[in-house]
Parts: sequence; structure tokens; C-alpha cells
Amino acid sequence: MKRFLPMLLATTILAGLHATAQNAVPEIAFDSVANPLTLPGDIYLGEVGGVAANSKGEIFVYTRTGHPTVSLGGSRAFVHGGSRLFQFDRAGKFIHEIGQESYGFLFAQQVRIDPQDNIWIVDQMSGYVMKLDPTGHVLMLLGRKPEAVTIPAPAPRGGGGGGRGGALPGAGNASDVFNRPTDVAWDAAGNIFVADGIGNTRVAKFNSKGVFIKSWGSTGTGPGLFGSVLAIAVDAQGNVYAADGGNKRIQVFDNNGTFKTQYTNVGTPTALCITPGPNQFLYSSNSNPPEDIDVAGEIYKMKLDGSLVGKFGRAGKLPKEFGTVNSIDCRSENNLLVGEVGNMRVQKLTLH
Amino acid sequence: MKSFLACVSIIALLLGGIHALAQQKATAQNVPEISYTSAPNFLKIPAGETLGEAVGVATNSKGHVFVYHRSANTRLWEFDKNGVFVKEIGKGYYGFEFAHSVRVDAQDNIWTVDEGTNTVTKFSPEGRFLMVLGRRPPAVDGAVATANGPNPPAQKYIFCRPTDVGWDPQGNIFVSDGYCNNRVVKFDKNGRFLAQAGSEKSGNGPGEFNLPHGLQVDGQGNVWVADRSNNRYQVLDNNLKPKTMYTNLGVGWTVCVSPGPHQYVFASNSNPNGNGPGTWDNTGEIYKLELDGTILGKFGHASKELGGFQVVHMMDCRNPNEIVVGEIESWRVQKLILQPAPAKTSNAR
Repeated sequence: MKRFLPMLLATTILAGLHATAQNAVPEIAFDSVANPLTLPGDIYLGEVGGVAANSKGEIFVYTRTGHPTVSLGGSRAFVHGGSRLFQFDRAGKFIHEIGQESYGFLFAQQVRIDPQDNIWIVDQMSGYVMKLDPTGHVLMLLGRKPEAVTIPAPAPRGGGGGGRGGALPGAGNASDVFNRPTDVAWDAAGNIFVADGIGNTRVAKFNSKGVFIKSWGSTGTGPGLFGSVLAIAVDAQGNVYAADGGNKRIQVFDNNGTFKTQYTNVGTPTALCITPGPNQFLYSSNSNPPEDIDVAGEIYKMKLDGSLVGKFGRAGKLPKEFGTVNSIDCRSENNLLVGEVGNMRVQKLTLH
Repeated sequence: MKSFLACVSIIALLLGGIHALAQQKATAQNVPEISYTSAPNFLKIPAGETLGEAVGVATNSKGHVFVYHRSANTRLWEFDKNGVFVKEIGKGYYGFEFAHSVRVDAQDNIWTVDEGTNTVTKFSPEGRFLMVLGRRPPAVDGAVATANGPNPPAQKYIFCRPTDVGWDPQGNIFVSDGYCNNRVVKFDKNGRFLAQAGSEKSGNGPGEFNLPHGLQVDGQGNVWVADRSNNRYQVLDNNLKPKTMYTNLGVGWTVCVSPGPHQYVFASNSNPNGNGPGTWDNTGEIYKLELDGTILGKFGHASKELGGFQVVHMMDCRNPNEIVVGEIESWRVQKLILQPAPAKTSNAR
């Protein structure tokens, strides 16, 4: 017992230190620009999966809107629609829609713009990572949409009402077929890294021509294993930062997938972004779950080595509050675009 | 065998008798009739369009009429005070799947309650998106299997087929929720959860619900709830503590509270969907009440003809002498002009 007590004390002190470290993260002052996007009268954003800006400052929003529809085929059920991609000018004025009636637009997950201003779409339900040219024409597809959807048999309820998650029927795993992919990033050589993601728990690497190179990770808690991969970013040196939401950590890998380090002090990383330029910063959102706005919600700014610069925001529905952030654009270090699932909106933030 | 048959028939007789009695007891007696006319051709539907089940209807301060209805898709239409079509709001909006209610708040913001997407959405007076409560079940989780077994536990910010929305004078938001929860939820004006009455479980005690189907808040902040499957209306205080219940107004489908210094309550004993045999005899009328529950009169009856009602699903009573009603089974919206109250018959109870 005597031995046990000091141990308990030590634990308490450690816990205290941990809490202090959390509290010591400086708050970053910021504002939210009012009405950052001007939509035509007959277009409504739904849940914002992704938001990104190109080199001209034009803004792309990939959103869950319209009506996801299941139609009954001869012996199978087919899924259509449910997401749209919109382009706005740098002032937020609507330019046009891209990819109307696309076979791959089912459940908007992410949009990213590469250095050549190509538009990359990640769709969690069709399983596509789509490369579109700057005018919106399809250049390359990774993955394939499952041909049909399974209608699950009624199951007894009462075991909690939360999300079901898990794998999509018919989706693949090993190589270049994804199962609920979440994000895409590139290194300086143009290699493609896909976070795959929720149905699978791995990172897949392709060369710039879309040839599968390798894949790493599976479900687990150790280094290099994932609870889920919710977002991905690559720095100028080619290191890969994977948001391991299921294990509440960011894992850092070298360009070939060798585990380097992990950051465990940023809650549940759900959206990641790395700023361009010589002095890079990493933003990570500890997004609240869609069913609760009384927990989490803040966004962390950190150095690439994981040291925290500060944090800002909290969960909620007002301006400067966040509803399940799913996407951050940080092309400009102090002018962020943030896409929210829960609040069906994009906020333009100015950090001070 | 003989005794068995006799037994069955006695039980059947008894049950039938009890049933009839219950129906009689369900509504107040000797209530004065309020005479009214239905304005002919009230809404001018654009050529090529068809109104569907008109489950939601509301007016704003300019008299514009908003109709939230189930056609091929669920749609929200705005008409001016003369019934001329103005515009569609929310075309293709993610939160529209199966309409249930539309209400307009004191600032003319338009609120929709959608029981297909489990969302309550606030639109600006012009129809721009402002705020959403609840979340549509994500399509990536697949088709939602038919419910089976007890309701899962209610969550603060997630609805299960919500039915209606109202506000107190401070702007707090009240949601009746609904078909697969059985509760009333209070949020602050920014959508943050404050309290709930009831739970996922149905019940018939005070503050419990069995399909809370309609809800409005009066000027004192009291919450009127149409507790449909309990055949009653319940009044809760502003903190959702039960105050009163009314079991003499029939089934309890939907409720409306008129604005202004002297408020009236309108409560509909709507005839049931499907028009079961005999149901028209004891359902279909709308009651007009004082806030203290005194019944002033009633009007209307179940019928498929204009002027009669086919399952009134929502009433607008911004002007207590001009009631706009939306009906499920006749796909129409009627504007009812109530005649000045009849000479009070003293036996009104």
C-alpha cells in the first residue's frame, strides 16, 4: 500500500501536468468574414465536405446536397446523386457548377487543389478520388464506385443511436480501390497519397500517373496502425501527416510510409492542412461529432515538429463557432477557409 | 363452444360500448358553432405544378403564405397575400425530404421541420439558409432499415422524425420530436440544447408524450403540445415542466396560438388518415380557446368538399378570424373566414 500511494500521487501529478499543458495553449484571436460566399437564389449548400482555393483565390466547395436516391433495379438497388461541386471567384461570387450529374458524386468528402490548379475530389460513398482539370473535366480516376448498394435487413435497435460507420459493401481494399476514402495530398514530385480512410484504415501511395506504388497501415493502435484515417497532408520534404482520428493522434511518416513520430495533444484530428512556403505550419481541427455541439470543435495551429502555436474556436452554430469542421484551406497562413458539416456552411477566417 | 361464443360476443359488445363512450368523452359538449366560409380559389398554383400533401402552412407579417408540401419531392413555396405564387425556396436543399411543418417566427424567418431528414432549418425572410438543427442520416451509411424494436436513446442534438417548432418571446427554440422520440426539446436561440421533456419512450403521464405532433408557444412562454396518440393537448411551462392537459379536444393533431395582446388557441381534432368507418362522425372540427382553456367555439367537419376538412395537418392563425389550414388527404390549402362570434350561449363549456 505504501508503494502504491506514491505511484498514485505520481499519476495525479502527471494528469495535472497534462491538463496544464492543454490549458496553456494560447488562444489565437480571429474573425469570421460575413457572407464569404454568394450563392444564386436556387442553390443551397448542404453539409460541406470540402472547401479549397486555387492559385487565383477561386473557391471550390464540394457539398452534400440535393437528394441521395436509391433506385430499384432488377435485382439490385442503385445509388444516384447527393453531392455537387461549386466554383466561386475570390470574392465569393458564384461562377458555376462543375460535374452536374456525375456518376461519382454521391457523398462529398473533400476537395483539394494541386499546384497546377487541378481540382481533386474525394467521394466517400462512390469511393472515387477524381482529378479534374482546372476547367472541371475529368483527367484521372482512382478507385471505382461499387455497382450497387446493399439494403441492410432490419436489425433490432436499442443499442445506441450513433453512426454505424464501417465498410461499404462491394468496396475494395488492397490496392487502388478504396473503402470510404477521406482525403488526398501530393508531394513535390507529384506522387499521390490517399487517406483510405473509414472503411479501410490505410494510406495508399500512387505515382503521378496513377500507378499504385504501395499502401501502409491497418486497423490498430500501434505506430503505423490506424483507428481511422480522416485526413492527410504532405509537407515540402515529402513527409506524410495522417489524421488518425480513431486513435486521437496525428501520425507522421516519411515519404515511403516509415513511421517517424506522432502528436497526441490535438484531440480528434478530422481535417488537416499544411501552409505553403518555406516556413510551414500545420492546422488540425479537433472537430466535434455531428451529434453534439457541447464538446470539442477547436482548431490547432502547430509547427511541423508538433509544437503548438495556438488554438481557436469552439463547437457551435454562431459565426466563429464550428459545426464539425471537415475541411481547412490554408493556402494563406492567416486567411483560412473552413468547411463545416454540421452548419452547412463555409467560413472565411482571418487570424490575428 | 356455445359458452365460448357468448363470451366473445359479450366482450365484443362491451368493448364496442366502451369505445363509443371513449369517443363521446373525448370532446367537449354543447360547444357553439362558429360559422365560416372558405375563400374560393385561394392559392393560385403555377401552371404545370401540383400541390402535394399540404402538411405545412404558415404566413408572415406581410400576409405571404408559405406552403411546405409533399409532391414528387418535398418543396417549399411562397405565395403573396392574394395567393399569387412568388417563388420556390430551398429547391434541392439537403434538409428537404419529407415535409412536416413550416412556421414563421416574429422576425419573419421561415422554419421548416422535415421528418425525412430529421432536420429543423431556419431560413431568412428571403429564403436564404441561416441555421440547421439535427442532422440528416448520412447516405454513406446506407439505406436506413425499417425500425424494429424499441427506440434508441434520444440524443441532445439528433431528432427522430421531428414534427414541429416554436419560439418563446426570448427566441428560445422548442421542437416536438416526434414519431420515434417522444419528447419536447428546448434550445437557446443559437441552437444550444437546454432541456427536454419526455424521452425516446412514449408515456401517458404528465410531461410524457405519445407522438408529440404539433407545438406552439404562447406569449407567456408556455408550450402547447398536441400529444396525438394520447388524445390530448399538454401545456408545459417555459422550462418544460407540465402544467395542464386538455382531454376534451379530441385527438390532438396540431395547435396554433394567435399573436397580439389577446391570444387565442386553435386546436384541431383532425379526422384520421384513411378515413376509417365512422370516424367522420366524431372528428374533423377545430376548437377555438382562450389561453386558460375556456372553449369559445368550434368549426368545420370532416369532408372531401371545399369547406370541409380532410385531415387538417397545420393551421395558421396570425389573424384569428382568418385561419389558413393545410390538409393531408385533399392536397389543398384553404383560407377560412370566420364570422363574428355568435351571441355567447351560456351553456358553452
